[in-house]
Amino acid sequence: MKSDRLKIAISGLNNVDSPGPGIPVIRGIRESNNFQSRIVGIAYENLEPGPYMHEFVDKTYKVPYPSEGVEPLMDRIKYIHNREKIDVFIPNFDSEIFVFIKLADRLKDMGIQTFLPTLHQFEERHKSNLPAFGKKHGIKVPDSYPVTSASEIFELVSDHKMEYPMVVKGIFYDAFIASNSEQAAIYFNKISAKWGLPVVVQEFVKGTEVNVVSLGNGTGKTIGAVPMRKQYITDKGKAWGGITLDDPSMIDYTHKLIASTKWRGGIELELIRTADNELYLIEINPRLPAWVYLAVAARQNLPEAMVQLATGNTVEPFTEYAIGKMFIRYSFDMICNLDEFQQLSTTGEL
Amino acid sequence: MKIKKSLAISETGFVFDPSTGDSYTLNPTALEIIQLLKKDYPPEEVKKALTQKYDVDESTFERYFYDFTGMLKQMQLVAPDEK
Repeated sequence: MKSDRLKIAISGLNNVDSPGPGIPVIRGIRESNNFQSRIVGIAYENLEPGPYMHEFVDKTYKVPYPSEGVEPLMDRIKYIHNREKIDVFIPNFDSEIFVFIKLADRLKDMGIQTFLPTLHQFEERHKSNLPAFGKKHGIKVPDSYPVTSASEIFELVSDHKMEYPMVVKGIFYDAFIASNSEQAAIYFNKISAKWGLPVVVQEFVKGTEVNVVSLGNGTGKTIGAVPMRKQYITDKGKAWGGITLDDPSMIDYTHKLIASTKWRGGIELELIRTADNELYLIEINPRLPAWVYLAVAARQNLPEAMVQLATGNTVEPFTEYAIGKMFIRYSFDMICNLDEFQQLSTTGEL
Repeated sequence: MKIKKSLAISETGFVFDPSTGDSYTLNPTALEIIQLLKKDYPPEEVKKALTQKYDVDESTFERYFYDFTGMLKQMQLVAPDEK
C-alpha cells in the first residue's frame, strides 16, 4: 500500500504564534508507512508560512475565503482538482468546517473524500448549544448563554443566571475571563468586532485545563485518544508546551462521548478538571488541533488514520500511547525568496 | 504516608506526576526522604534514618519533615486515601 500516492489537499497552513493545524497534520501524514502522499496546500493569505515550507507542502493554491461565497470557493476547488486529481480534502479551520460539511457531497461526486462530522454533530456541539449538548449526552458542562449585546450579559447577572467571574468567548476563537461588568462589556465589544455575533458567556469553572485529541470513525468507535495538559500558555491562550497524561478517566470520558455522539472525524475536547476531580467540558473543536503532532509522537498517528478512514480503509483503534511525551513549540525565521512570494501573490499558486 | 504509586522519581531528584503532567525538582535530602516514603517507611523510621545520618536534632528534623510532607499533600503527590 506504501506505493499508493494519495493527493491530499490541506488548509490551516498559518503556522504562526496561534497556529492552524495544517502543518502538524501534514507531519503526521508524511510519516505514514501505509501510503505516500502529495500534499496540496490550500492557503487564504500570501504570508501563511505553509506554502513556503516545501518539505511539507508540495504545491500550494490560494483559495477565496468561504465568507466570499461558496461558489467562488467551489470553482477554485474544481480548478485545483482538474490539475491535481485530489483524493482527500482536510479542512483545518473552525471557520471553514461548516462550509466543507455542506460541500462534502459535491466534493464526493468529484471523487474528493472528506472525513468530517455530520451537520447535526457540528451544530449540536456549538459553544452556544453546549448546555443542551451536555444534558443530552449526560456530561457536565458549565452554564453558557449566547448574547448579542453587552446589556444581555448584565441582564443575565441581574437575573442570577450568571455571576462574575465569567468567560466571554467568540463564536470561533478567543476567550477572556471577565471579573466585573466593565470587563465583560470590553471583552464583548472586542470579540464581537473580531468574530461577529453571537458572543458566548460561560460560567467560570475553577480548575486545571486539560485537553484530549481524538478521532471518531462515525459509528461510535474511538480510533484514538491522547490526553494532554498545556504546560505553557501564550497570551493568546495557545499551548506553547504540553505533555501527555496518564489519565484513564479522560480516555473513558472521550470514548463515552464519541460513542454517544457517533462522532465522525477529528475532535479536540477542552476540559476543566476541578479540585474534586470532576471533568467539565468547556469546548469541543470539530477538527484535529494544532498540537496533534504530539499524539503522532506518542504513537497515535491520528492524521494518517483520518486519511485512511476517508479513503474507505478499516483502521484498528489505537489502544496505547506514550505517557510523559512533551512538545515545546518554537518560532523560526524562515528565509524566503521574493520570487516565491511574488508568484503566490500574483498567480495564486506556488 | 504513602507516595502516589504512579510518580516517576529519577536518581537526580526529578519527579514526574503522569496523571497531572506536573514535574518537580527535589534537593538531595528531599530525594532521600521521598525514596524512603516510597518504600513505605513510616515517619518514625524516616526520622531515625535521617537523624542518624546527618547532624540534625529530632525536633528540627520533624519541623522540616512535616513541612515537606504537608507540601506533598498539598501538591497531591500522596496516595488518595492518605490525603
